[in-house]
Amino acid sequence: MTLSPLTRHIVRWIAIGYIAVLVVVPVGLILWRTLSPGIGSFFASISTPAAISALNLSLLVVAIVVPLNVLFGVPTALVLARNRFRGKSILQAAIDLPFAVSPVIVGAALILLWGSAGLFGFVENHLGLKIIFGFPGIVLACIFVTVPFVIREVEPVLHELGTDQEEAAATLGAQWWQTFWRITLPSIRWGLTYGIVLTVARTLGEFGAVLMVAANLPGESQTLTLLVADRYNRGAEYGAYALSTLLMTVAVLVLIAQVILDARRSRPAEPALGE
Amino acid sequence: MTAAVDEHGRRPGLIKPRYGSTSLRVGAATMWLSIIVLLPLAAILWQSAGGGWDAFWGAVTSPAALASFRVTLTIAAGVTVINTVFGLVVAWVLTRDEFPGKRLVDAVIDLPFALPTIVASLVMLALYGPGSPVGIQLQHTKWGVGIALLFVTLPFVVRSVQPVLLELDREVEEAAASLGANNYSIATRVILPALLPALLSGAGLAFSRAIGEFGSVVLIGGAVPGETEVSSQWIRTLIENDDQVGAAAISIVLLTISFAILVSLRTTGARVAKREEMAG
Repeated sequence: MTLSPLTRHIVRWIAIGYIAVLVVVPVGLILWRTLSPGIGSFFASISTPAAISALNLSLLVVAIVVPLNVLFGVPTALVLARNRFRGKSILQAAIDLPFAVSPVIVGAALILLWGSAGLFGFVENHLGLKIIFGFPGIVLACIFVTVPFVIREVEPVLHELGTDQEEAAATLGAQWWQTFWRITLPSIRWGLTYGIVLTVARTLGEFGAVLMVAANLPGESQTLTLLVADRYNRGAEYGAYALSTLLMTVAVLVLIAQVILDARRSRPAEPALGE
Repeated sequence: MTAAVDEHGRRPGLIKPRYGSTSLRVGAATMWLSIIVLLPLAAILWQSAGGGWDAFWGAVTSPAALASFRVTLTIAAGVTVINTVFGLVVAWVLTRDEFPGKRLVDAVIDLPFALPTIVASLVMLALYGPGSPVGIQLQHTKWGVGIALLFVTLPFVVRSVQPVLLELDREVEEAAASLGANNYSIATRVILPALLPALLSGAGLAFSRAIGEFGSVVLIGGAVPGETEVSSQWIRTLIENDDQVGAAAISIVLLTISFAILVSLRTTGARVAKREEMAG
Protein backbone atom coordinates (compact mmCIF):
# COMPACT_ATOMS: atom_id res chain seq x y z
CA MET A 1 0.00 0.00 0.00
CA THR A 2 1.63 3.20 -1.17
CA LEU A 3 0.38 6.48 0.19
CA SER A 4 0.56 9.72 -1.74
CA PRO A 5 3.29 12.05 -0.42
CA LEU A 6 0.68 14.41 1.02
CA THR A 7 -1.14 11.63 2.92
CA ARG A 8 2.17 10.23 4.14
CA HIS A 9 3.15 13.61 5.55
CA ILE A 10 -0.22 14.06 7.23
CA VAL A 11 -0.05 10.60 8.84
CA ARG A 12 3.53 11.21 9.93
CA TRP A 13 2.68 14.51 11.62
CA ILE A 14 -0.39 13.04 13.32
CA ALA A 15 1.82 10.36 14.88
CA ILE A 16 4.58 12.78 15.88
CA GLY A 17 2.05 15.31 17.15
CA TYR A 18 0.31 12.70 19.31
CA ILE A 19 3.58 11.57 20.91
CA ALA A 20 4.69 15.18 21.38
CA VAL A 21 1.51 16.24 23.15
CA LEU A 22 1.30 13.10 25.26
CA VAL A 23 4.94 12.38 26.12
CA VAL A 24 7.65 14.71 24.86
CA VAL A 25 6.24 18.12 25.86
CA PRO A 26 5.11 17.10 29.39
CA VAL A 27 8.39 15.32 30.14
CA GLY A 28 10.37 18.24 28.73
CA LEU A 29 8.36 20.64 30.85
CA ILE A 30 9.25 18.77 34.06
CA LEU A 31 12.92 18.77 33.11
CA TRP A 32 12.79 22.49 32.33
CA ARG A 33 11.03 23.34 35.58
CA THR A 34 13.56 21.29 37.53
CA LEU A 35 16.66 22.65 35.88
CA SER A 36 15.69 26.28 35.16
CA PRO A 37 16.43 27.49 38.75
CA GLY A 38 19.91 26.08 38.28
CA ILE A 39 21.60 22.76 38.89
CA GLY A 40 22.48 23.84 42.44
CA SER A 41 18.89 24.01 43.65
CA PHE A 42 18.22 20.65 41.98
CA PHE A 43 20.97 19.01 44.01
CA ALA A 44 19.92 20.86 47.15
CA SER A 45 16.41 19.51 46.73
CA ILE A 46 17.45 15.89 46.25
CA SER A 47 19.94 15.95 49.14
CA THR A 48 17.69 17.10 51.98
CA PRO A 49 17.72 14.71 54.97
CA ALA A 50 14.26 13.37 54.00
CA ALA A 51 15.37 12.77 50.41
CA ILE A 52 18.60 11.07 51.48
CA SER A 53 16.83 8.72 53.88
CA ALA A 54 14.16 7.95 51.25
CA LEU A 55 16.91 7.16 48.75
CA ASN A 56 18.67 4.96 51.31
CA LEU A 57 15.46 3.09 52.08
CA SER A 58 14.69 2.56 48.38
CA LEU A 59 18.23 1.30 47.74
CA LEU A 60 18.02 -1.03 50.75
CA VAL A 61 14.80 -2.51 49.34
CA VAL A 62 16.55 -2.95 45.97
CA ALA A 63 19.49 -4.65 47.71
CA ILE A 64 17.10 -7.23 49.20
CA VAL A 65 14.69 -7.67 46.30
CA VAL A 66 17.26 -8.19 43.53
CA PRO A 67 19.25 -11.09 45.10
CA LEU A 68 16.04 -12.86 46.10
CA ASN A 69 14.64 -12.53 42.59
CA VAL A 70 17.86 -13.85 41.06
CA LEU A 71 18.13 -16.69 43.57
CA PHE A 72 14.60 -17.92 42.84
CA GLY A 73 14.23 -16.64 39.29
CA VAL A 74 17.16 -18.43 37.64
CA PRO A 75 16.34 -21.95 38.98
CA THR A 76 12.68 -21.40 38.10
CA ALA A 77 13.60 -20.34 34.57
CA LEU A 78 15.87 -23.39 34.30
CA VAL A 79 13.19 -25.82 35.41
CA LEU A 80 10.64 -24.21 33.06
CA ALA A 81 12.99 -24.30 30.09
CA ARG A 82 14.59 -27.70 30.68
CA ASN A 83 12.00 -29.96 32.27
CA ARG A 84 8.54 -31.25 31.64
CA PHE A 85 6.34 -31.78 34.63
CA ARG A 86 2.72 -31.88 35.61
CA GLY A 87 1.22 -28.45 36.27
CA LYS A 88 3.80 -26.58 34.20
CA SER A 89 1.22 -24.43 32.43
CA ILE A 90 -0.28 -23.51 35.80
CA LEU A 91 3.15 -22.47 37.07
CA GLN A 92 3.70 -20.45 33.88
CA ALA A 93 0.38 -18.66 34.36
CA ALA A 94 1.11 -18.01 38.05
CA ILE A 95 4.39 -16.33 37.14
CA ASP A 96 2.59 -13.89 34.84
CA LEU A 97 -0.10 -13.12 37.44
CA PRO A 98 1.66 -10.07 38.92
CA PHE A 99 1.50 -8.34 35.51
CA ALA A 100 -2.30 -8.55 35.63
CA VAL A 101 -2.80 -7.38 39.21
CA SER A 102 -3.30 -3.69 39.98
CA PRO A 103 -0.68 -2.34 42.46
CA VAL A 104 -3.44 -1.31 44.85
CA ILE A 105 -4.79 -4.87 44.83
CA VAL A 106 -1.25 -6.13 45.54
CA GLY A 107 -1.18 -3.89 48.60
CA ALA A 108 -4.70 -4.90 49.65
CA ALA A 109 -3.83 -8.59 49.22
CA LEU A 110 -0.74 -8.24 51.42
CA ILE A 111 -2.78 -6.44 54.09
CA LEU A 112 -5.48 -9.12 53.96
CA LEU A 113 -2.83 -11.83 54.37
CA TRP A 114 -0.21 -10.37 56.71
CA GLY A 115 -2.12 -7.53 58.42
CA SER A 116 -3.09 -7.84 62.09
CA ALA A 117 -6.67 -8.75 61.02
CA GLY A 118 -5.49 -10.87 58.10
CA LEU A 119 -5.24 -14.58 57.43
CA PHE A 120 -1.69 -14.74 58.84
CA GLY A 121 -2.35 -12.09 61.48
CA PHE A 122 -0.76 -14.35 64.10
CA VAL A 123 2.68 -13.40 62.76
CA GLU A 124 2.15 -9.84 63.93
CA ASN A 125 -0.13 -10.54 66.89
CA HIS A 126 1.78 -13.43 68.48
CA LEU A 127 5.26 -13.46 66.99
CA GLY A 128 5.57 -9.68 67.16
CA LEU A 129 6.90 -9.32 63.61
CA LYS A 130 5.32 -6.21 62.09
CA ILE A 131 5.02 -6.82 58.36
CA ILE A 132 2.30 -4.43 57.23
CA PHE A 133 3.22 -0.79 57.94
CA GLY A 134 6.74 -2.03 58.46
CA PHE A 135 9.81 -2.65 56.33
CA PRO A 136 9.01 -6.32 55.43
CA GLY A 137 5.73 -5.18 53.87
CA ILE A 138 7.53 -2.85 51.46
CA VAL A 139 9.91 -5.66 50.48
CA LEU A 140 7.06 -8.16 49.98
CA ALA A 141 5.15 -5.66 47.82
CA CYS A 142 8.20 -5.00 45.64
CA ILE A 143 8.97 -8.72 45.22
CA PHE A 144 5.34 -9.38 44.24
CA VAL A 145 5.44 -6.88 41.38
CA THR A 146 8.93 -7.86 40.16
CA VAL A 147 8.70 -11.68 40.35
CA PRO A 148 8.19 -12.17 36.58
CA PHE A 149 11.09 -10.05 35.31
CA VAL A 150 14.15 -12.28 35.85
CA ILE A 151 12.24 -15.46 34.94
CA ARG A 152 10.72 -13.97 31.79
CA GLU A 153 14.04 -12.53 30.57
CA VAL A 154 16.11 -15.67 31.26
CA GLU A 155 13.72 -18.41 30.13
CA PRO A 156 13.62 -17.52 26.38
CA VAL A 157 17.43 -17.30 26.32
CA LEU A 158 17.63 -20.82 27.79
CA HIS A 159 15.16 -22.08 25.17
CA GLU A 160 17.17 -20.55 22.34
CA LEU A 161 20.41 -21.85 23.79
CA GLY A 162 19.27 -25.46 23.67
CA THR A 163 20.93 -28.19 25.70
CA ASP A 164 23.76 -29.24 23.34
CA GLN A 165 26.58 -27.56 25.25
CA GLU A 166 25.24 -28.54 28.67
CA GLU A 167 24.89 -32.16 27.55
CA ALA A 168 28.39 -32.12 26.12
CA ALA A 169 29.76 -30.79 29.40
CA ALA A 170 27.87 -33.41 31.38
CA THR A 171 29.06 -36.17 29.03
CA LEU A 172 32.64 -34.99 29.56
CA GLY A 173 32.14 -35.45 33.29
CA ALA A 174 31.35 -31.94 34.51
CA GLN A 175 29.47 -31.64 37.76
CA TRP A 176 26.16 -29.75 37.63
CA TRP A 177 27.67 -26.68 39.27
CA GLN A 178 30.60 -26.69 36.86
CA THR A 179 28.14 -26.85 33.96
CA PHE A 180 26.12 -24.05 35.47
CA TRP A 181 29.05 -21.71 36.17
CA ARG A 182 30.96 -22.34 32.95
CA ILE A 183 28.24 -22.97 30.36
CA THR A 184 24.78 -21.88 31.45
CA LEU A 185 25.49 -18.71 33.42
CA PRO A 186 27.77 -17.10 30.79
CA SER A 187 25.13 -17.78 28.14
CA ILE A 188 22.26 -16.22 30.05
CA ARG A 189 24.21 -13.28 31.45
CA TRP A 190 22.69 -10.58 29.21
CA GLY A 191 19.15 -11.82 29.71
CA LEU A 192 19.78 -12.00 33.45
CA THR A 193 21.29 -8.50 33.43
CA TYR A 194 18.25 -7.06 31.71
CA GLY A 195 15.96 -8.89 34.14
CA ILE A 196 17.89 -7.30 37.01
CA VAL A 197 17.75 -3.86 35.37
CA LEU A 198 13.97 -4.14 35.07
CA THR A 199 13.70 -5.35 38.68
CA VAL A 200 15.76 -2.42 39.98
CA ALA A 201 13.76 0.12 37.97
CA ARG A 202 10.39 -1.28 39.04
CA THR A 203 11.43 -1.53 42.70
CA LEU A 204 12.61 2.08 42.75
CA GLY A 205 9.48 3.22 40.91
CA GLU A 206 6.76 1.18 42.60
CA PHE A 207 4.17 3.43 44.19
CA GLY A 208 0.65 2.01 44.58
CA ALA A 209 1.54 -1.27 46.31
CA VAL A 210 4.12 0.38 48.59
CA LEU A 211 1.74 3.22 49.48
CA MET A 212 -0.79 0.66 50.70
CA VAL A 213 1.55 -1.26 52.99
CA ALA A 214 3.94 1.46 54.19
CA ALA A 215 3.42 3.67 57.21
CA ASN A 216 4.86 6.53 55.10
CA LEU A 217 6.82 8.05 58.00
CA PRO A 218 9.57 10.39 56.75
CA GLY A 219 12.98 8.96 57.47
CA GLU A 220 11.59 5.55 58.42
CA SER A 221 9.24 4.03 55.91
CA GLN A 222 9.04 6.60 53.14
CA THR A 223 10.49 5.47 49.83
CA LEU A 224 11.46 7.83 47.00
CA THR A 225 8.11 7.57 45.21
CA LEU A 226 6.17 8.11 48.42
CA LEU A 227 8.25 11.23 49.09
CA VAL A 228 7.39 12.54 45.59
CA ALA A 229 3.66 12.27 46.33
CA ASP A 230 4.15 13.65 49.83
CA ARG A 231 6.03 16.71 48.56
CA TYR A 232 3.42 17.40 45.88
CA ASN A 233 0.56 17.08 48.38
CA ARG A 234 2.30 19.50 50.77
CA GLY A 235 2.59 22.02 47.94
CA ALA A 236 6.36 21.61 47.63
CA GLU A 237 6.07 21.24 43.85
CA TYR A 238 9.70 22.01 43.08
CA GLY A 239 10.89 19.26 45.43
CA ALA A 240 8.52 16.80 43.76
CA TYR A 241 9.78 17.83 40.30
CA ALA A 242 13.41 17.41 41.37
CA LEU A 243 12.84 13.87 42.69
CA SER A 244 10.84 13.06 39.55
CA THR A 245 13.77 14.16 37.44
CA LEU A 246 16.01 11.85 39.47
CA LEU A 247 13.62 8.92 38.91
CA MET A 248 13.28 9.85 35.22
CA THR A 249 17.05 9.65 34.88
CA VAL A 250 16.88 6.07 36.17
CA ALA A 251 14.13 5.33 33.63
CA VAL A 252 16.17 6.73 30.74
CA LEU A 253 19.20 4.69 31.87
CA VAL A 254 16.96 1.59 31.77
CA LEU A 255 15.94 2.39 28.19
CA ILE A 256 19.59 2.86 27.20
CA ALA A 257 20.48 -0.45 28.88
CA GLN A 258 17.65 -2.09 26.95
CA VAL A 259 19.05 -0.88 23.59
CA ILE A 260 22.59 -1.99 24.48
CA LEU A 261 21.55 -5.41 25.86
CA ASP A 262 19.24 -6.07 22.89
CA ALA A 263 22.19 -5.55 20.57
CA ARG A 264 24.38 -7.87 22.68
CA ARG A 265 21.78 -10.59 22.91
CA SER A 266 20.99 -10.63 19.20
CA ARG A 267 24.65 -10.99 18.24
CA PRO A 268 25.38 -14.54 19.50
CA ALA A 269 21.96 -15.67 18.25
CA GLU A 270 22.77 -14.84 14.64
CA PRO A 271 25.00 -17.81 13.71
CA ALA A 272 22.34 -20.13 15.12
CA LEU A 273 20.00 -19.11 12.31
CA GLY A 274 22.24 -20.92 9.84
CA GLU A 275 21.72 -24.32 11.43
CA MET B 1 17.23 -29.69 15.29
CA THR B 2 16.56 -32.92 13.46
CA ALA B 3 18.23 -35.34 15.86
CA ALA B 4 16.04 -38.11 17.23
CA VAL B 5 14.43 -37.31 20.54
CA ASP B 6 12.52 -39.55 22.90
CA GLU B 7 9.07 -38.82 24.28
CA HIS B 8 10.52 -36.54 26.95
CA GLY B 9 12.14 -34.35 24.34
CA ARG B 10 15.56 -35.71 25.26
CA ARG B 11 18.05 -37.32 22.99
CA PRO B 12 18.69 -40.91 24.06
CA GLY B 13 22.22 -41.85 24.94
CA LEU B 14 23.24 -38.41 26.18
CA ILE B 15 23.66 -37.59 29.83
CA LYS B 16 21.46 -34.74 30.91
CA PRO B 17 22.99 -32.28 33.35
CA ARG B 18 20.86 -32.19 36.45
CA TYR B 19 20.56 -29.22 38.73
CA GLY B 20 19.02 -31.17 41.59
CA SER B 21 15.93 -33.25 41.06
CA THR B 22 13.11 -31.83 38.98
CA SER B 23 10.45 -32.23 41.63
CA LEU B 24 12.63 -30.50 44.22
CA ARG B 25 13.10 -27.49 41.96
CA VAL B 26 9.45 -27.38 40.91
CA GLY B 27 8.58 -27.57 44.60
CA ALA B 28 10.92 -24.70 45.49
CA ALA B 29 9.58 -22.52 42.67
CA THR B 30 5.97 -23.28 43.63
CA MET B 31 6.66 -22.57 47.28
CA TRP B 32 8.29 -19.21 46.51
CA LEU B 33 5.47 -18.15 44.17
CA SER B 34 2.90 -19.28 46.71
CA ILE B 35 4.30 -17.18 49.53
CA ILE B 36 4.88 -14.11 47.39
CA VAL B 37 1.97 -14.15 44.94
CA LEU B 38 -0.62 -16.90 45.42
CA LEU B 39 -1.25 -16.73 49.16
CA PRO B 40 -1.93 -12.97 49.18
CA LEU B 41 -4.35 -13.41 46.27
CA ALA B 42 -5.96 -16.34 48.08
CA ALA B 43 -6.35 -14.08 51.12
CA ILE B 44 -8.45 -11.73 48.97
CA LEU B 45 -10.71 -14.63 48.01
CA TRP B 46 -10.93 -15.79 51.61
CA GLN B 47 -11.76 -12.30 52.94
CA SER B 48 -14.34 -11.64 50.22
CA ALA B 49 -16.08 -14.89 51.16
CA GLY B 50 -15.71 -14.18 54.89
CA GLY B 51 -18.90 -12.10 55.18
CA GLY B 52 -21.02 -14.42 53.09
CA TRP B 53 -22.65 -13.76 49.73
CA ASP B 54 -24.82 -10.90 51.01
CA ALA B 55 -21.85 -8.92 52.28
CA PHE B 56 -19.99 -9.52 49.01
CA TRP B 57 -22.96 -8.46 46.88
CA GLY B 58 -23.65 -5.49 49.13
CA ALA B 59 -20.07 -4.24 48.78
CA VAL B 60 -20.03 -4.71 45.00
CA THR B 61 -23.40 -3.03 44.41
CA SER B 62 -23.06 -0.16 46.89
CA PRO B 63 -23.60 3.23 45.17
CA ALA B 64 -19.98 4.27 45.68
CA ALA B 65 -18.68 0.98 44.25
CA LEU B 66 -21.01 1.17 41.24
CA ALA B 67 -19.98 4.79 40.62
CA SER B 68 -16.30 3.79 40.73
CA PHE B 69 -16.91 0.90 38.30
CA ARG B 70 -18.76 3.24 35.93
CA VAL B 71 -15.94 5.83 36.02
CA THR B 72 -13.22 3.19 35.67
CA LEU B 73 -14.79 1.22 32.84
CA THR B 74 -15.96 4.20 30.73
CA ILE B 75 -12.64 6.04 30.94
CA ALA B 76 -10.67 2.81 30.34
CA ALA B 77 -12.82 1.96 27.32
CA GLY B 78 -12.44 5.45 25.83
CA VAL B 79 -8.69 5.45 26.43
CA THR B 80 -8.36 2.00 24.83
CA VAL B 81 -10.21 3.09 21.68
CA ILE B 82 -8.15 6.29 21.29
CA ASN B 83 -4.85 4.49 21.88
CA THR B 84 -5.80 1.68 19.48
CA VAL B 85 -6.39 4.21 16.69
CA PHE B 86 -3.33 6.34 17.41
CA GLY B 87 -1.23 3.27 18.26
CA LEU B 88 -1.97 1.89 14.81
CA VAL B 89 -1.03 5.23 13.20
CA VAL B 90 2.21 5.45 15.21
CA ALA B 91 3.14 1.81 14.46
CA TRP B 92 2.44 2.45 10.76
CA VAL B 93 4.67 5.54 10.69
CA LEU B 94 7.46 3.73 12.56
CA THR B 95 7.48 0.78 10.13
CA ARG B 96 6.47 2.25 6.76
CA ASP B 97 7.79 5.81 6.84
CA GLU B 98 11.33 7.18 6.82
CA PHE B 99 12.26 10.53 8.32
CA PRO B 100 15.14 11.94 10.34
CA GLY B 101 14.70 11.32 14.05
CA LYS B 102 12.55 8.22 13.59
CA ARG B 103 14.69 6.16 15.95
CA LEU B 104 14.27 8.80 18.64
CA VAL B 105 10.47 8.69 18.27
CA ASP B 106 10.69 4.90 18.48
CA ALA B 107 12.70 5.11 21.72
CA VAL B 108 10.34 7.67 23.28
CA ILE B 109 7.41 5.21 22.94
CA ASP B 110 8.88 3.06 25.75
CA LEU B 111 9.19 5.97 28.17
CA PRO B 112 5.70 5.56 29.70
CA PHE B 113 6.59 1.93 30.59
CA ALA B 114 9.90 2.95 32.13
CA LEU B 115 8.64 5.91 34.17
CA PRO B 116 7.35 5.30 37.69
CA THR B 117 3.59 5.87 37.78
CA ILE B 118 3.81 8.71 40.32
CA VAL B 119 6.26 10.49 38.02
CA ALA B 120 3.79 9.98 35.15
CA SER B 121 1.20 11.69 37.31
CA LEU B 122 3.45 14.72 37.88
CA VAL B 123 4.47 14.81 34.23
CA MET B 124 0.83 15.02 33.16
CA LEU B 125 0.07 17.64 35.83
CA ALA B 126 2.91 19.82 34.58
CA LEU B 127 1.19 20.35 31.23
CA TYR B 128 -2.44 19.64 32.07
CA GLY B 129 -2.59 20.79 35.70
CA PRO B 130 -3.16 24.09 37.53
CA GLY B 131 0.18 25.59 36.47
CA SER B 132 -0.26 24.66 32.82
CA PRO B 133 1.71 26.97 30.51
CA VAL B 134 -0.95 26.50 27.79
CA GLY B 135 -3.88 27.13 30.14
CA ILE B 136 -5.39 23.64 30.07
CA GLN B 137 -6.53 22.69 33.57
CA LEU B 138 -7.65 19.07 33.79
CA GLN B 139 -6.85 18.29 37.44
CA HIS B 140 -9.83 16.74 39.27
CA THR B 141 -11.70 16.12 36.00
CA LYS B 142 -12.35 12.85 34.20
CA TRP B 143 -10.41 14.24 31.22
CA GLY B 144 -7.36 14.46 33.48
CA VAL B 145 -7.72 10.80 34.48
CA GLY B 146 -8.17 9.97 30.79
CA ILE B 147 -5.02 11.74 29.67
CA ALA B 148 -2.97 10.09 32.43
CA LEU B 149 -4.26 6.68 31.30
CA LEU B 150 -3.54 7.56 27.64
CA PHE B 151 0.06 8.24 28.70
CA VAL B 152 0.64 4.99 30.61
CA THR B 153 -1.08 2.74 28.04
CA LEU B 154 0.47 4.34 24.92
CA PRO B 155 3.10 1.61 24.30
CA PHE B 156 0.76 -1.44 24.34
CA VAL B 157 -0.88 -1.17 20.90
CA VAL B 158 2.21 0.30 19.22
CA ARG B 159 4.47 -2.47 20.49
CA SER B 160 2.08 -5.31 19.66
CA VAL B 161 1.24 -4.05 16.13
CA GLN B 162 4.74 -2.94 15.11
CA PRO B 163 6.38 -6.39 14.71
CA VAL B 164 3.37 -7.76 12.80
CA LEU B 165 3.39 -4.78 10.44
CA LEU B 166 7.12 -5.30 9.91
CA GLU B 167 6.63 -8.97 9.02
CA LEU B 168 3.63 -8.34 6.79
CA ASP B 169 4.28 -9.52 3.24
CA ARG B 170 4.39 -6.40 1.04
CA GLU B 171 3.97 -8.61 -2.06
CA VAL B 172 0.37 -9.36 -1.14
CA GLU B 173 -0.35 -5.65 -1.03
CA GLU B 174 1.44 -5.13 -4.34
CA ALA B 175 -0.51 -7.99 -5.91
CA ALA B 176 -3.77 -6.47 -4.67
CA ALA B 177 -2.73 -3.08 -6.07
CA SER B 178 -1.78 -4.58 -9.46
CA LEU B 179 -5.20 -6.25 -9.58
CA GLY B 180 -6.76 -2.80 -9.30
CA ALA B 181 -7.48 -2.55 -5.56
CA ASN B 182 -7.35 0.99 -4.21
CA ASN B 183 -5.72 1.92 -0.91
CA TYR B 184 -9.01 1.68 0.96
CA SER B 185 -9.69 -1.91 -0.04
CA ILE B 186 -6.05 -2.92 0.52
CA ALA B 187 -6.23 -1.44 4.02
CA THR B 188 -9.55 -3.05 4.93
CA ARG B 189 -9.16 -6.41 3.15
CA VAL B 190 -5.44 -7.14 3.36
CA ILE B 191 -3.75 -5.17 6.12
CA LEU B 192 -6.38 -4.83 8.84
CA PRO B 193 -7.37 -8.53 8.91
CA ALA B 194 -3.70 -9.44 9.31
CA LEU B 195 -3.26 -6.89 12.09
CA LEU B 196 -6.47 -7.72 13.92
CA PRO B 197 -5.04 -10.25 16.44
CA ALA B 198 -2.19 -7.89 17.34
CA LEU B 199 -4.56 -4.92 17.61
CA LEU B 200 -6.91 -6.86 19.88
CA SER B 201 -4.05 -8.08 22.03
CA GLY B 202 -2.61 -4.57 22.42
CA ALA B 203 -6.05 -3.14 23.17
CA GLY B 204 -6.78 -5.89 25.72
CA LEU B 205 -3.50 -5.29 27.55
CA ALA B 206 -4.08 -1.52 27.53
CA PHE B 207 -7.63 -1.92 28.89
CA SER B 208 -6.47 -4.36 31.56
CA ARG B 209 -3.76 -1.93 32.66
CA ALA B 210 -6.15 1.03 32.59
CA ILE B 211 -8.77 -0.50 34.89
CA GLY B 212 -6.19 -1.26 37.60
CA GLU B 213 -4.12 1.90 37.30
CA PHE B 214 -3.53 3.87 40.47
CA GLY B 215 -0.27 5.83 40.72
CA SER B 216 -0.67 7.90 37.58
CA VAL B 217 -4.28 8.95 38.27
CA VAL B 218 -4.06 9.60 42.00
CA LEU B 219 -2.69 13.16 41.86
CA ILE B 220 -4.43 14.31 38.68
CA GLY B 221 -7.77 12.64 39.46
CA GLY B 222 -8.09 13.50 43.11
CA ALA B 223 -10.80 10.89 43.86
CA VAL B 224 -13.94 12.96 43.20
CA PRO B 225 -16.72 10.38 43.77
CA GLY B 226 -18.66 9.57 40.60
CA GLU B 227 -16.38 11.78 38.52
CA THR B 228 -12.72 10.77 38.90
CA GLU B 229 -12.68 8.16 41.69
CA VAL B 230 -11.59 4.95 39.99
CA SER B 231 -12.07 1.52 41.55
CA SER B 232 -8.45 1.20 42.68
CA GLN B 233 -8.85 4.42 44.70
CA TRP B 234 -12.10 3.09 46.15
CA ILE B 235 -10.27 -0.08 47.27
CA ARG B 236 -7.71 2.09 49.05
CA THR B 237 -10.46 4.07 50.79
CA LEU B 238 -12.12 0.84 51.95
CA ILE B 239 -8.84 -0.51 53.35
CA GLU B 240 -8.23 2.77 55.18
CA ASN B 241 -11.74 2.49 56.68
CA ASP B 242 -10.96 -1.09 57.79
CA ASP B 243 -13.67 -2.50 55.50
CA GLN B 244 -11.68 -5.59 54.53
CA VAL B 245 -14.62 -7.52 53.09
CA GLY B 246 -15.56 -4.59 50.86
CA ALA B 247 -11.99 -4.05 49.65
CA ALA B 248 -11.64 -7.76 48.91
CA ALA B 249 -14.96 -7.83 47.01
CA ILE B 250 -14.05 -4.86 44.75
CA SER B 251 -10.60 -6.41 44.17
CA ILE B 252 -12.23 -9.68 43.10
CA VAL B 253 -14.33 -7.84 40.49
CA LEU B 254 -11.31 -6.02 39.02
CA LEU B 255 -9.17 -9.18 39.07
CA THR B 256 -11.90 -11.17 37.34
CA ILE B 257 -12.12 -8.62 34.51
CA SER B 258 -8.31 -8.54 34.01
CA PHE B 259 -7.96 -12.32 34.13
CA ALA B 260 -10.85 -12.83 31.71
CA ILE B 261 -9.17 -10.47 29.22
CA LEU B 262 -5.75 -12.10 29.57
CA VAL B 263 -7.06 -15.67 29.37
CA SER B 264 -9.09 -14.89 26.23
CA LEU B 265 -6.06 -13.19 24.65
CA ARG B 266 -3.91 -16.20 25.50
CA THR B 267 -6.36 -18.72 24.03
CA THR B 268 -6.96 -16.71 20.84
CA GLY B 269 -3.21 -16.17 20.56
CA ALA B 270 -2.62 -19.93 20.85
CA ARG B 271 -5.33 -20.59 18.25
CA VAL B 272 -3.77 -18.14 15.76
CA ALA B 273 -0.33 -19.69 16.32
CA LYS B 274 -1.77 -23.16 15.75
CA ARG B 275 -3.51 -22.08 12.55
CA GLU B 276 -0.29 -20.57 11.25
CA GLU B 277 1.57 -23.73 12.14
CA MET B 278 -0.93 -25.85 10.24
CA ALA B 279 -0.88 -23.48 7.26
CA GLY B 280 2.93 -23.53 7.22
